[in-house]
Amino acid sequence: MSAAAYTAYTNARIIDPASDMDATGTLVVKGGRIMAVGADGEIPQGAKVIDCTGLVLAPGLVDMRAFAADAAAAARGGITTVTLMPDREPPVDNQAMVEYVARKAAESGQIRARVMGALTRGLAGTEMAELGLMRGAGAVGFTDARKSVADTGVMRRLMEYATALDGLVVQFPEDAALAADGVMNEGETATRLGLAGISVAAETIIIERDLRLLEITGGRYHVALVTCAGSLDVIRRAKDKGLSVSCAVAPHHFALNETAVADYRSFARVAPPLRAEDDRAAIVEGIRDGTIDAICSDHDPRDAEAKRLPFAQAAPGAVGFECMLPLALELAHNHDIPLKVLLRAMTSRPAEILGIDAGTLAVDAPADFILIDPDRPWRIDADELASETRNTPFDGRPVQGRVMRTVLGGKTVFEFAEKTEK
Amino acid sequence: MKRRPENTDAVQKALIDSPEANPFPHRHILGIEGLDPAHIEFLLDLADSYAEQNRSPDKGSDLCRGLTQINLFFESSTRTLMSFEIAGKRLGFDTVSLATQASSIKKGETLLDTALTLNAMRPDVIVVRHSDAGAVALLAAKMDCAVINAGDGRHEHPTQALLDALTIRRRKGRLDGLTVAICGDIAHSRVARSNIRLLGAMGARLRVVAPPTLLPAQVHRLGVEVYTDMVLGLKDVDVVMMLRVQRERMEGALLPSQKEYFRLYGLTEEKLSHARPDVLILHPGPMNRGVEIASGLADDMDRSAIQEQVEMGVAVRMACLDVLTRQLRDGS
Repeated sequence: MSAAAYTAYTNARIIDPASDMDATGTLVVKGGRIMAVGADGEIPQGAKVIDCTGLVLAPGLVDMRAFAADAAAAARGGITTVTLMPDREPPVDNQAMVEYVARKAAESGQIRARVMGALTRGLAGTEMAELGLMRGAGAVGFTDARKSVADTGVMRRLMEYATALDGLVVQFPEDAALAADGVMNEGETATRLGLAGISVAAETIIIERDLRLLEITGGRYHVALVTCAGSLDVIRRAKDKGLSVSCAVAPHHFALNETAVADYRSFARVAPPLRAEDDRAAIVEGIRDGTIDAICSDHDPRDAEAKRLPFAQAAPGAVGFECMLPLALELAHNHDIPLKVLLRAMTSRPAEILGIDAGTLAVDAPADFILIDPDRPWRIDADELASETRNTPFDGRPVQGRVMRTVLGGKTVFEFAEKTEK
Repeated sequence: MKRRPENTDAVQKALIDSPEANPFPHRHILGIEGLDPAHIEFLLDLADSYAEQNRSPDKGSDLCRGLTQINLFFESSTRTLMSFEIAGKRLGFDTVSLATQASSIKKGETLLDTALTLNAMRPDVIVVRHSDAGAVALLAAKMDCAVINAGDGRHEHPTQALLDALTIRRRKGRLDGLTVAICGDIAHSRVARSNIRLLGAMGARLRVVAPPTLLPAQVHRLGVEVYTDMVLGLKDVDVVMMLRVQRERMEGALLPSQKEYFRLYGLTEEKLSHARPDVLILHPGPMNRGVEIASGLADDMDRSAIQEQVEMGVAVRMACLDVLTRQLRDGS
């Protein structure tokens, strides 16, 4: 192969949480894989050189929770691996659907797609789906995505069964009976607005129950989204006991609180709901101290028709691919959480939980990485989003830090151009 | 989206600078929240004069002749709808009422499409009731005309709070300093929320009295004292405002039974004896006699103002329709 097949990204601040690296240096790519990385890396003869002075070079982001592949938006957001939820029509509860969805999502060539299968048939919460066959087809985990498995007996059997497959069991934590007809966080704001509330206990009860089951069953258990201090306490204790539990958080739960719902803004309707300020602050601390393993986008496109409705009728969900990194970087700028900690939660740690070869800059790993200008100020503009829909609660929010380039398997799939910015 | 006049700097400035500033600088009446005590006072005074007019043989007027009023009710109602219709007709409006069965909402048209359709008919004021909190404000944002909230979910019912306040003020001569107990299903009540806001703004001391399952979360943060014991809650109060409890909530979901509810939270002579001797009883209607209120008390003309509330309802709604169309009439 000719020397020109080499590309060298030089003078970058290379942050690779997996190897604990944070150093200025060079990353060399050839044939879609990383050939060399480090402070004293030599630039091969004839290599194409890309000067990255002033930029951070990090692994491509690994997103654990998305409801649409939305490749262009993912690439713009620096996400190279998207994990798709099984909640779609028809539900991903069998081998054929796992294969089909993964293949379809990767067609664009702009992202790698992973798929989670349903825990129960038709996501109905009663009968076990074919976990083993789906695992064989590449499912990286199992979840009913938008609802908890309510029946404790069914949940126990699923957790037990999954151990034989080393299957990751992922719970969306919300007790349906307790949440009832709630549409936002229970508390003063809901009372003033006259909206039915969902208590934080609806979340914590499910996590607490499942962790008791985990003590009996063993296996790997992951909480899809945590939103409150109480859940973090429970998870922290379980981790101290040595249970194999992990959890993730979506940016809206650390970047917004329940007051964003004032004026009945349906774009601020998400599930679980935005919480009170002290819970939001606890989530930030959970990211800092590592209780929270991963930051995920919870990318959930909803068209205008589903949002231009009275709050209680509007569909929950927000697009998240393009806002995840800048909102996470707010925590570095405003809360002094080290960049490496934040990047770990979006790269190596989710990859490790999912058991996939991604989220690292190790030699011979796939050349999936991003260049970030960590300080560049900009303003999130819903009209500028590349996602299928524009349902974001962050329209107009000033942020700092931008993805300048996304590289997938050695190929640039997104490069920021000034003209697209207003 | 249009800015409401009260938000513009020009209006703010006019209010500060001019002694003859618009006494009611609002384009819509979507809730009590956002109304200053002075605006509330102004509406009550105006409504009081309409109450007198309504008692005279010459109660009709052509003040709003040629203007169109649409009553759009997505939730069933008899008394509020009729009250708004009569209020409009007494002022000379061309009044059209549309109840949910008659609208194309049932055919899947969205609320905003309905708003745009009605807006194209160029009404001058539209009165809306909807079962979802925030729905009326959502609709108002798309309308060129004035909008009155006739009840949105559990959120607000401003004309009910105004008529309650007017009734109390006429009987007691004031609102400031009175102790008012609101009893019953606080959790699901827009009447309670609007009354808490209004009476609180006017200086009344407020209590809510209800079983814990009918209290919304952190209700004390709205500036009320919370009682789950009715005898304690009624001690020395000047006004008791009873709320309707829906029967389906009393069949085991939120309360064990109707019988138990009446025993613990129904208004009886015995419980009322703990209130001040000149206590006034209010109920927004329709009443469940023998469930939340003993039948005899409801009919006690000295203590119960329930019929007067209905009468004041028309007067208050005339006042609202009048103030919101003033600029329109002055301009023409």
